[in-house]
Amino acid sequence: MSEQAVTEQASSAQTQAPAVAVKSDGEHREPVLRRILDRLGVVGVIASVVLTVIVIAAVFAPVLAPYDPNFPDLMGALAGPSADHLLGADALGRDILSRLMFGAQVTLAGPGLVILLSTIVGTVLALVGAWCGGRVDAVIIWVLDILFAVPGIVFGLIAVAIWGPSLFTVVGGLAVAYIPYVARVVRGAALRERNLPYVSAAWLQGHSGFGITTTQILRNVQPIVIAQAVSSLGFAVIDLAAVSFLGLGVQPPTADLGLMVKSGFDSTLRGYPNEAIASGCLIVLIVWCVTVIGDRLISNARSV
Amino acid sequence: MSFSAYILKRIGGLLLVLLVTSFLVFGLLYLAPGSPLAFILGPRGGTPAQIAAVTQQYHLNDPFIVRYFAWLGDLFRGNLGDSIVYRQPVSDLLFSRAGTTTALVSLAAVIIAVVGILAGTFAALRGGWVDQVVSTLAAIGLSTPVFVVGVALISLFAVGLGWFPTFGVGSGGFDTIWHLFLPAVALSVASAAYLARITRTAVNEERTREHVQTATVRGLSPRLIVRRHVLRNALIPITTVLGLTIATLIAGAVVVENVFALDGLGSLLVKAILQRDFAVVQAVVLVLVVAFVVVNAIVDVLYTFIDPRISLGSKQ
Repeated sequence: MSEQAVTEQASSAQTQAPAVAVKSDGEHREPVLRRILDRLGVVGVIASVVLTVIVIAAVFAPVLAPYDPNFPDLMGALAGPSADHLLGADALGRDILSRLMFGAQVTLAGPGLVILLSTIVGTVLALVGAWCGGRVDAVIIWVLDILFAVPGIVFGLIAVAIWGPSLFTVVGGLAVAYIPYVARVVRGAALRERNLPYVSAAWLQGHSGFGITTTQILRNVQPIVIAQAVSSLGFAVIDLAAVSFLGLGVQPPTADLGLMVKSGFDSTLRGYPNEAIASGCLIVLIVWCVTVIGDRLISNARSV
Repeated sequence: MSFSAYILKRIGGLLLVLLVTSFLVFGLLYLAPGSPLAFILGPRGGTPAQIAAVTQQYHLNDPFIVRYFAWLGDLFRGNLGDSIVYRQPVSDLLFSRAGTTTALVSLAAVIIAVVGILAGTFAALRGGWVDQVVSTLAAIGLSTPVFVVGVALISLFAVGLGWFPTFGVGSGGFDTIWHLFLPAVALSVASAAYLARITRTAVNEERTREHVQTATVRGLSPRLIVRRHVLRNALIPITTVLGLTIATLIAGAVVVENVFALDGLGSLLVKAILQRDFAVVQAVVLVLVVAFVVVNAIVDVLYTFIDPRISLGSKQ
């Protein structure tokens, strides 16, 4: 659907909208906002705003955080919320709010890397399979089926068993685990595109299979690739935080939300639930935002 | 395709997948940095007797392919090697722990089926605010990691209110169910939320179908229509999701067992990874993968019993 068509549809839905404002090229502001609202819905917009706030807080943590996340103040250990420490302090007296902001960096960047890697590899496999068909496709499907046979988090654990606990080991393992989920969806979409007349038209005009796939098919399946990537991101956040919680991912003293739930759990057993509640809620919030946006993107990609 | 031919084909495919995964699990050892011998013995080094034992266990003096088949042969004889930490056969370790994991996953599956189907059906049939509440709870449940639920449940119901035991599996029978209840709830939250969502959509879809409208117009009682015409048809997507879910519970159990300090396969796996006990890691991964694949295959076969309209082996 072209940009113009969307704008017009949006304006026809709202009868009072001045037609002139939509048609003149200078007036882009309102239609863009309306378009975003149309695509994401109210809940989706809320989720996007919340996620943006979290991302900004994480990215600018070195500037915004009130304290050094690793600075221990044993006298103030397990302090409750106060004007000094808005969310209180953990068992070592470190400021929980600062640790949340720095922890969100890892909790967002790690899964982001997982999804980036698996999306690239999965999309390439899917496009190659869909274009070549026949035996190549059969081999790719077979490899994906084998990957499907291992539950996602187990891949992360296997990687740790071989290369030792660290964030990058887990990211590598999970990236492999997420390949089949991306590849299966993209392959289905690419197969539908491949059978459309524009592909055979381009083929008859002498374009190479590589060219058609990379320029035209890839561009048309792009919304599905992105939607699938965003909605997988939520699962990646959960898996990566779980591995950190088990003590096999990010290593202390680095702040990470999974690790914070773990250390907060120990404090909770001693009667101080602050850290566990704060870090647990932030993980749920991040996953909820990402999932809501992903769901909306998927239903948009399907309806186009 | 006749039924027996279909089953044979399924079993053949299953065996092929298991063969390949067993090869991959075997090959893990050779992905590790350093020589296999040094990797297995780790920083502990090892006495000449241990070196001889490991060499013999992994057939390290044979060529690679021979090693694999020797290892596979040992597997079939139930010999999974010896744990270098516990100094006892891995198969003994697995047997003593498999029961906990099986009980945990089964209990969670029951909770998921009951809560998910009831909540989803209720939301679809009542509509209005019930629907809103169930949908919101499902969205939150889906976004909550297993370990966060576990920590919250222990803090609230075990430590805070003291209704449930905090850790361990209890002394068998009802006591074990008592001990496993909170872990099973933690394990089932996300899946029950997902199942509720799927059930709600399926029931809503079936209710608008023509045969249901016909039944309503003919004046059949709403209760009968829901039971015979709506739920029975909605059962197909529900079973699909439930089956897939049970398979993923096997992975979720790894995390839950560690939160609640249960001595199942999952906590054994994490401990083995931390202690670099590679024979145990290989064995547990193999068991998890086999369970995952077999459960998925069983669900596939079950469809044909639930819905006779699905022809054998069709990919719908």
